[in-house]
Amino acid sequence: MTNAYSFQTKLLHNSHKIDPATGAVSVPIQHASTYHQFDVDHFGKYDYSRSLNPTREALEDVIAELEGGVRGFAFSSGMAAISTAFLLLSAGDHVVITEDVYGGTFRMVTEVLSRLGIEHTFVDMTNLEEVRQAVRPNTKAFYVETPSNPLLKVTDIRKVSGIAKEIGALTYVDNTFLTPALQRPLELGADIVLHSATKFLSGHSDVVAGLAVVKDEALAARLGFLQNSFGAVLGVQDAWLVLRGLKTLHVRLKQSQQSAIQIAHYLDAHPLVRKVHFPELEHHPQHDLQKRQADGPGAVLSFELENEEALRAFTKHVKIPVFAVSLGAVESILSYPAKMSHAAMPSEDRRKRGIADSLLRLSVGLENPDDLIADFEQAFAYVREGAAVK
Amino acid sequence: MYHTETKLAQIGNRSEDRTGAVNPPVYFSTAYRHEGIGQSTGYDYSRTGNPTRQLLEETIADLEGGDRGFACSSGMAAIFTVLSLFQSGDEWIVSDDLYGGTYRLLEQGYKKWGLCCKYVNTCHPENIEKEITPKTRAIFLETPTNPLMQQTDIAAVAEIAKKYGILLIVDNTFYTPLLQQPIKLGADIVIHSATKYLGGHNDVLAGLIVAKGEEICEQLALYHNGAGATLSPFDSWLLMRGMKTLALRMEKHEKNAKAVAEFLNGHPDVDDVLYPGRGGMLSFRIKDEAWVDPFLRGLSLITFAESLGGTESFITYPATQTHADIPEEKRIQSGVDNRLLRFSVGIEDVRDLIADIEKAFAKIHEGVQVR
Repeated sequence: MTNAYSFQTKLLHNSHKIDPATGAVSVPIQHASTYHQFDVDHFGKYDYSRSLNPTREALEDVIAELEGGVRGFAFSSGMAAISTAFLLLSAGDHVVITEDVYGGTFRMVTEVLSRLGIEHTFVDMTNLEEVRQAVRPNTKAFYVETPSNPLLKVTDIRKVSGIAKEIGALTYVDNTFLTPALQRPLELGADIVLHSATKFLSGHSDVVAGLAVVKDEALAARLGFLQNSFGAVLGVQDAWLVLRGLKTLHVRLKQSQQSAIQIAHYLDAHPLVRKVHFPELEHHPQHDLQKRQADGPGAVLSFELENEEALRAFTKHVKIPVFAVSLGAVESILSYPAKMSHAAMPSEDRRKRGIADSLLRLSVGLENPDDLIADFEQAFAYVREGAAVK
Repeated sequence: MYHTETKLAQIGNRSEDRTGAVNPPVYFSTAYRHEGIGQSTGYDYSRTGNPTRQLLEETIADLEGGDRGFACSSGMAAIFTVLSLFQSGDEWIVSDDLYGGTYRLLEQGYKKWGLCCKYVNTCHPENIEKEITPKTRAIFLETPTNPLMQQTDIAAVAEIAKKYGILLIVDNTFYTPLLQQPIKLGADIVIHSATKYLGGHNDVLAGLIVAKGEEICEQLALYHNGAGATLSPFDSWLLMRGMKTLALRMEKHEKNAKAVAEFLNGHPDVDDVLYPGRGGMLSFRIKDEAWVDPFLRGLSLITFAESLGGTESFITYPATQTHADIPEEKRIQSGVDNRLLRFSVGIEDVRDLIADIEKAFAKIHEGVQVR
């Protein structure tokens, strides 16, 4: 119906642009937990809010439309979406998973799934030979994060989903960093797209939410069953907040990405910065792949300082970005993966994956990039001073 | 120590020192600023800990007499979170008269991951002991049961659980801590669909867990955060708002339920009335299965809907609603037959409720079909 519109327009003009009952241009928040049934034999579409709620449904429809899938599902957090989707697997199944995955997903796989008899192998998903070698007779799923968190490694979704298809396995892609504004994994062959909608999709650091979108009806029925059975569903106020945030996704991401590119180049040229991880930079190992696969590099980058001492001096003196976990907000957020997003990963596993103790992750917000660069410059002065004293 | 009614009325008061707000603020912020590395206010990320949700969690832990509370996105999410404590090869002993959603989660979900459930009538604790094997890790009870309203002696089952070193988990949705505090009777974990009496207004989906014991609380905290089926700050606030009137509501629910039970007991079109004498829930059997449909159509005040525990009266038909996921033969065998209706008695004037039921029965006999 609205497929002819560009993505930017679809954010505003989709199947839920107008409430049919009143003409309201903002989806009403339906708090009712249950619905009167008019017929004992034929229940209405809505019977209990955990199973289906009109406000949550609007968000689920919109994200399905934006990702190009058949059905969307909204969960109480990104981890709730990921956990529920993983439980499509049964005891005895095996999943091949990207090694520098988000710490929370790492914890889910190693501490929960393994106790339920679901096996896993961590691989460098950018190395297709390694991916192939990890396949076992019981491999049922491939789990991809691209760009990955926090090293921004880019996986070829088309190639990995091709390997999955050869053996009848599912491909999951966590699309949190890029959103469908920049990357649509289902079009590249994935079966399930996952989101921490807490991040860019809602974008205001005011709601915790998760989304999943699937490509075919049979899978939709299975995931729908699990969503209802586990009940890790998104509350209605929160569903509305995500819908509200989505309306500005395009403009927010466009601005943040542009600033991120400017900041990445600044950091890349900076003598106190050892390395910048950002797909837009020419030296990024999957620079070309990212250009082919997505419409941009996104607005998250990570960079390594000389050592942990330098990192401590830098974070102590930087003034604008919030020093906190999370990303994808209107405010710039600076995170310390070793102590925050990846604290759930044992330090040895972290080092093996290249997540150094001097690595910082920056999610670029909507501040003027010149202000951010000036802020970094003054913080670097303290780093330099600290080094000189030594 | 204050009485439960006092604690309920005071939820959230004196929790906010900066402004003195009597009603606690809703913290929407997902992330919390760190002053420096390793410096945290105690809040990092809202899924892990949120001040509004925490207030609710502390309240329910206090009301139930447990060590820690956990708020989840639905009652089923609470059960899902508790299930994370277990692994392939473990066994559970479960009430055979059970909410259909829990049955579905166990049989169509956890069975796939190697959790085996044995269903017994827990009203006779000796049945439980017979089923215990070296693999048994927990006993899961609903009391009173849904929808047959059978009560289990929690203290007697707790003794068995202790004897064998297994966990006792009690779903306290129907009674709430106002009428029953399972942890004080020896249970380890209490679960609530807070969507029901605790919320009480049919406007919020929520689940709560309360546990006793340091180790189990730490594990639950890990899975609560790890699987992420957490309750949002707004819904946490809405639930606390509902809980402030729980005592008043429950008193009226119970008074009305007693009057309705008495009325139905003497009614010629009704076979059985199942009411445990406390709370606002009862079930009854209509004499003829063919009367169920016209009876439900004939109601004009009482709502025919799934769910319970709200201010408005609801009648539910377990056979096709709450218990539709239990195989028919098994369902009828356990007593949830096609003549059984479940009544969540609301806080309306009971005379209006009784008149509505009388009118619906009268219409069956007139043979009038009412839309």
